[in-house]
Order: sequence, then structure tokens, then C-alpha cells
Amino acid sequence: MDTLTINNAEIKVNEEGYFTDPSQWSEDIAIEMAKKENIDLTDKHFEVLNFLRSKHAEEVPLSIRKVGKSGVVNIKEFYALFPGGPLKISSKIAGIPKPVSCV
Amino acid sequence: MEALETKTLENNTSVKDKKRVKKMMVICARGTLEDVYAALIMANGALAEGMEANMFFTFFGLDAITKKKADHLHTATVGNPAFMRGMPTMIGGLPGFEALASSMMKKEMDKLDIPPVSEFLEMIEAGGGGIYACKLAADMFHITKDDLVPEVKDIITVGQMYELAEGEGTHMVFI
Repeated sequence: MDTLTINNAEIKVNEEGYFTDPSQWSEDIAIEMAKKENIDLTDKHFEVLNFLRSKHAEEVPLSIRKVGKSGVVNIKEFYALFPGGPLKISSKIAGIPKPVSCV
Repeated sequence: MEALETKTLENNTSVKDKKRVKKMMVICARGTLEDVYAALIMANGALAEGMEANMFFTFFGLDAITKKKADHLHTATVGNPAFMRGMPTMIGGLPGFEALASSMMKKEMDKLDIPPVSEFLEMIEAGGGGIYACKLAADMFHITKDDLVPEVKDIITVGQMYELAEGEGTHMVFI
């Protein structure tokens, strides 16, 4: 277990940098997390992050396919918003655990 | 014992210095349901991990990217000893049995959020993956680009396939 200090808040994360307590998340913290991934968050990014967080809260396992069918973004847009592994990176910024889906 | 410990240490070092896989070239030469899905899942998984990925379909693998066949692939119920162990081979050969087994398998996959082949190909294209058909096999089976799903970028030679796989950190998988 590690901690990240963002905006003077101590965020509990695992060894890969994923939040271990999603309730510590806020939009300001997401903006800082995204900067580490070289992403400037737009409203569209937040729509995706909020979708991921709501599905995680409902305990729905997430996959790229589900995000593509969410009506928020299609798969191509999802890859463009979060380049270099969209579901992994967006989950990290959304403050939820690393997805375990193979699809 | 001492030698063993040294060996472990060396292994740890090599893990630390590991070079990331940057690109995958997945070659699919088979047309059975499970082989095609193995190829699709590996290519799509590579994209999801932030790698580049290309797919090269050859021989019976062409079925997976042929419009009329992509969503109608079957699993082999004969000549497949792992399929329903203990079942006599003759049963597997009964008319309709293969279709039944394949549709049951597809239902199970759907429960796991695994898309049909055509949708999987769309997902791979949307993720930036390249889908290619083998020229030699296409010529042999008299298949043209019109017969193939729209996600297929091109029908290419083996040499062009190797060009796509060029670069440090590329891994090739043959199915």
C-alpha cells in the first residue's frame, strides 16, 4: 500500500497506483491524476469517468465493450480520450480498481 | 543451494530490466470458433494494454473475416479430444451436433460479455488495430476484398505482413 499526495490530500493507492478507496476521489484530484498520464481532462473525459464510477458503485464489471455501448463514447473515441490503454488509464483516473476483464 | 539462490537473484534482475512488449502480430490460420476467439482476444487485449496490434488471417482463418461466415464459426466436435471428454466420437459426428455445440458455446461467451466475431473485429479496428488477409490463401480460396468484412484493411503478402511486424519489441503469435 502506498500513498499519493495530491492537493494536500493523502490518497491511498495500491502498488500500481490505483485508488484503494474510491471515496477519496474528487474532480480536482482526477485533474491531477490525469496530468500524470499527460491528459488534460475535458467534459467528455468526465462523462466517461462518471460512467465508470457509477458502474463500479453498482458492482458491474467493466470492459471496453461496455464503455463502447454506454452511449457516452464509442470505442474509437474512448481510445482517443485515454491513449495507451483506455480502460486501465481511465479507471486509474476515475479512482476505481484496475479492471480485470480480458475483453 | 547457493547456486540456486544466485539464480533466483539473476531472475529478479532480469525482471526489473524487462523490455515492454510494444507490438503484437497475431496470425490466425484456423477457422474454428475457439482458435479465432483466442486470436481476437489476444489482439484486442494488446490494444487495451496500450500496445499496437495487427492481425493476419490466412487459410481457414479467412472464415473469421469473411462476411458470410464470420458469425457462423463452429467448434470441432470430432477430432477434438478435449471436447466433452468421454463422449464417443460418433456422437460428435451426428448431423446438427456441431451446430448445437457451437451455439451453446456462443451463449456461454455472450454471458461473459464476449462479442460476436464481427463485433470483435469492429472493436479491434476502433482500437487502432490492423486487420489483414493473406493474399496466397485468398487467391487459393478465390476470395476477393468484397467477400471480406469492411474492417479488413488489405489483402497482403507474407512479406508485407513481416513489414507490419517490424520494430523492436514486437511479438508474433501463430494460431
